[in-house]
Formats: sequence, C-alpha cells, structure tokens
Amino acid sequence: MSDQSPIEEVGGGPSLFGPPRAPRGREEGTRAALIAFVSTIIFVVVVVWAILTSDAWPAVQKQFFNWDRFVEVFPDVLGGFWLDIQMFLVAEVIILVVSLVIAMIRSLRGPAFFPLRALAVIFIDLIRGIPVILLILLLGFGVPALQLPGVPTGALFWGLTALIISYSAYTAEVYRAGIESVHESQRMSARSLGLTQGQALRHVIVPQAIRNVIPALLNGFVSLQKDVALVLVLGVREAVREADIYAAKTFNYTGYIAAALLFLLVSVPVARFTDWYTNRDRRKKQSVST
Amino acid sequence: MAHRHTTRAILLAALLAFVMLAAACSDDADSVDPGPTAAPESCEMADLNLVTPGTLTVATGEPAFPPWVGTPDGEFFDEPESGIGFESALVYAIASELNFAKEDVVWTRIGFNEAIAPGDKPWDFNIQQYSITEDRKEVVDFSSPYYVTTQALIAYPDSPYASATSVEDLKDAILGAQIGTTSLDFIENVIQPNTEPNVYDENVDLEAAMNAGQIDALVVDLPTGYFVTAAQVEGSIIAGQFESEAAEPDEYGMLFAKDNSLVPCVNTALEALRENGTLQEIEDLYLNQDGGIPTITG
Repeated sequence: MSDQSPIEEVGGGPSLFGPPRAPRGREEGTRAALIAFVSTIIFVVVVVWAILTSDAWPAVQKQFFNWDRFVEVFPDVLGGFWLDIQMFLVAEVIILVVSLVIAMIRSLRGPAFFPLRALAVIFIDLIRGIPVILLILLLGFGVPALQLPGVPTGALFWGLTALIISYSAYTAEVYRAGIESVHESQRMSARSLGLTQGQALRHVIVPQAIRNVIPALLNGFVSLQKDVALVLVLGVREAVREADIYAAKTFNYTGYIAAALLFLLVSVPVARFTDWYTNRDRRKKQSVST
Repeated sequence: MAHRHTTRAILLAALLAFVMLAAACSDDADSVDPGPTAAPESCEMADLNLVTPGTLTVATGEPAFPPWVGTPDGEFFDEPESGIGFESALVYAIASELNFAKEDVVWTRIGFNEAIAPGDKPWDFNIQQYSITEDRKEVVDFSSPYYVTTQALIAYPDSPYASATSVEDLKDAILGAQIGTTSLDFIENVIQPNTEPNVYDENVDLEAAMNAGQIDALVVDLPTGYFVTAAQVEGSIIAGQFESEAAEPDEYGMLFAKDNSLVPCVNTALEALRENGTLQEIEDLYLNQDGGIPTITG
C-alpha cells in the first residue's frame, strides 16, 4: 500500500482530543479532569492576556477584529462563500468519478493494457508534480487565449477544470491504495467464478476498496473545500477574493476573519464526521473479528 | 491529602489569571488614539524621522510600471533608481527639497498587503499610486495629493464597447479592474454593470484576461491606460476617459505609517515643488499625452 490514510488513528478508544485513557479509579479520574480543566483555562487566559496587552494589539484589533467592518463586509464574503460551496460540490462529484476510472485503469493487469496503465501513471505523475495554483493559472489564462472555436473561455470553468484535474490525480492514488488493500484472494476467487477482469474490479474489488478508503476520501473533501478559493487568481469573486477586495479598498483585514469563520463552519463538521466514521468502522470490524 | 493542596493552588492561580485579564481589558479601554503627531521642530536632515538616519528609504511595487516608473512607451521600466518615470522623478525632487543627495535615496520593494498590514514598516514612505480615502486614513497616513487622475476604458477596437459614449453603453459589459484601485470603485459605484466586474491582483493579470476573452474591457487610471495600450495589451485602445460628477476625485498620495512625523516635511517639500512648477513639469513629461481621447459621460 503506497498511500497510508492520514486519518487512521493509532490505538483504541474514541478519545476526541487526546490519547486513549487508561482505566483508573473514580477519584483519580475526577482529579485528572479537574487538573485538565484548570490548566486549560490557565493556558488560554495567559495566551489571551499576552496578546491583549501587547503594544500592537490595538492596531491589530482595528485592522483584523473590527466588528463594524465585519458587519459591513460579511454579506459580500457570504455571497462569495456560496460560490465556493457550489464549486466544491460540482468538482467533488466529478473528481470522485474521474479518479476512480483512472485508478481502475492503473489497476488493470496484463501486458495488453500497458499503454493505458502507462498513460494513467504519466498523468498522475505530471499533475501531482505541478503546484495546483500554477495549473489554475496555466489553464485559466492559457487555454482561452488559444481562442479555439467551441472551447469555453470562462475563468470559472477553467479554474474548476484545473482543480478537478489536480484532485483527480491525488484521489486516483487514494483509490489505488484501496484497491491494493483488497486481498489478492478476492480477485482470484472472482476470476475463478468466471468474472472477467473488469467485472471482478467492478463487482468485487472496488466496492471493498472504496469502503477501506472512505476516511482518506473525506480528508480530500476537507482539502478541496478550502482549495476552491484558489480560483481567485483568475479574478473569480469567491469568499477570499471578496475579503481581498475589501482589504485592498479599506486597508482592513476583518474580511479574512469572516471568510475563515465560514470555511471553519463547513470543514470542522466534516473533520468530526470523518473521525466518527473511522471509529465506528473500526468498532464494526473489531466486533466482527472477535 | 496532598492533591487537595494542589487543587487549591491551581484554582488560586486561575483566579489570579482572570484578575490579570480583567485588568488588561480595562487598560485596553483606556488607551486612546494619540492623534496625529505634532509637526517636528524642523525639517532639517538631523530632525527627520527616518528608518535609517541619513537615508530616505522609499518603497514601491514590484514590478513598478510606467509611466510611474519608466518611460511612457513602456520600453524601459521597473528601475526607480533611474529617476525616470513620474513617481521616480517626484521622489528624487522631494529628496532634493529635503537636502538628500541622489545616492542617499534607497528603494525597497514591497507587496501591497505587506505595505498596509499592521507592524513595523521598514521604509519611510511608499509611493505606488495609492488613492487617498477616508477608510484607509484610519490605519495609515497619506501625504497631500501629488496627482489627480481620471479613469479610462481600455478595449479592443472591434469590441462593441469601444464606441461607448456614456456609462449606459457599458451596462452589459464584463469589466475588469485591478484590486485596491479606485477603478474598481468607479465600476461598482458609477458604471454599475449588470455583471460584477472581475478583480485581478496585478496589471499583468488584466492583460491575460483581456487576451483570454474573459473580460470585454478594463478600467484603469488614464496614465496607466497609456502604458497598457502601448505595451501590455497588444492592439487595445483607450476607448475613452470618464467624466462623471458621481465619482469622487481620485487623488494619489504617498503612504506613511500612521502618525509618522515625516509627513508634514514631505508635504512642505511637495508644496514647494507645486509652487515652483517642477511638479507640473514632470507631470507634462510623463503623464500628459496629446491625443483626442473621447469622453464617456456618467
């Protein structure tokens, strides 16, 4: 397996923010919880105090955490964020399909499929080797300048296409890791039942593979949900761009805080869901094996 | 029993921390804006508030475009040390008024966001066609205006918008502007097109978007328009300059850190240049070109 899911946790126990707890007596547990609570409060208080008493804080507060500015800029940032969400949803659906096809091509066995496999490898290597922002600039400004008849010229279209291409290469590798994690005996059994190579992939290998890599795929969701903002370099007015515009106009950065909050609002629940799903999946597997 | 003492000590520490926080917050409320720093006793070299004593450190963008830095035909640019280009020439004229030798002027390059972010500013002032606005004055200081510009429309001659005579003709155009410019404000407040204008980081992106057909026309200040049409967007023309009573006058000022006591000295120097005709001279040399550019009314 070449790609390890980054979400996979080591050790057991559904502890949210720390290592799994060792069993202990009730009084000891209460005391530990109290110490954790108090030390957290002290930590937060000290950090907040250090920030608020620094000489530069009034200036930073004025330029970054300004409530009046927040109210003023929020509708624009929110409008841009809605575009981010739409871009994310459209791109994600296409990425999940395209990357699966690439991964299946890469997993085909036999010398006859060599050209296809080679193409898939070259595609993945090339695309993963280019910074995504560069790909967006090259496709977004480059392709439309060719003025090919019938080819769309929109910045949004090409920005999204660049993201889809880039993420498809990464996601294909996630799928491939999943496909390779399915035991060889599954393939053999399927073939011995008379399924063709394609049928074995489609009906036996891939369904198991996908289940194995769902946490890694969800991780990709979180990543893409933020990276859609990169199309701003093409002049597309999504959330970060709206904040940029406001900052450049007024020299006030509160819009960035507004944009950050909106992104967090979506990405944190997805991250929590990923953890929850991973834990549930592990518990299921454990209960099956015992 | 030992842990009970520990617990009490921790709670006490927490209480203390809260008291300190409360104190910090009330301190914060007391601190008032000190207001503009009083003018220095004199504008003698030794009394100037400089980042590096004896040296005038001036920031500008990278690359720095003509006609602000470089020749208006766009053949030569991005060398502020040359003294060629309106802003470059102006800085050396101001430096001379303040008794700096040419070699005592040091240029530094800085990105737009770095220039306006809070924190230390390792330069004395920044000259990069910053429009003076009330919002911006809350966090930085500006010199008095050194140039007042109008906005211009750039399009390809075969575009239907190239013959616009009023902003009404531009309602359906997809327009582009550079971020942080009053050109963008002008599009949004005066032209008010049906489609939101696209906004780009740099002039070069405007050019790419024009070539890619992603925008129909772009709005820039008139002097920049000369350079864009001459060198950047091949085949484009200045379709017109806007004349609108709805638009605020667009004044460029040098940007300083808030409450920098250097501002009055630079303003005094600028006034002297205005009175003795030097400012008009370099303006005519670099920014004013003949040519019947049509007017687009708003």
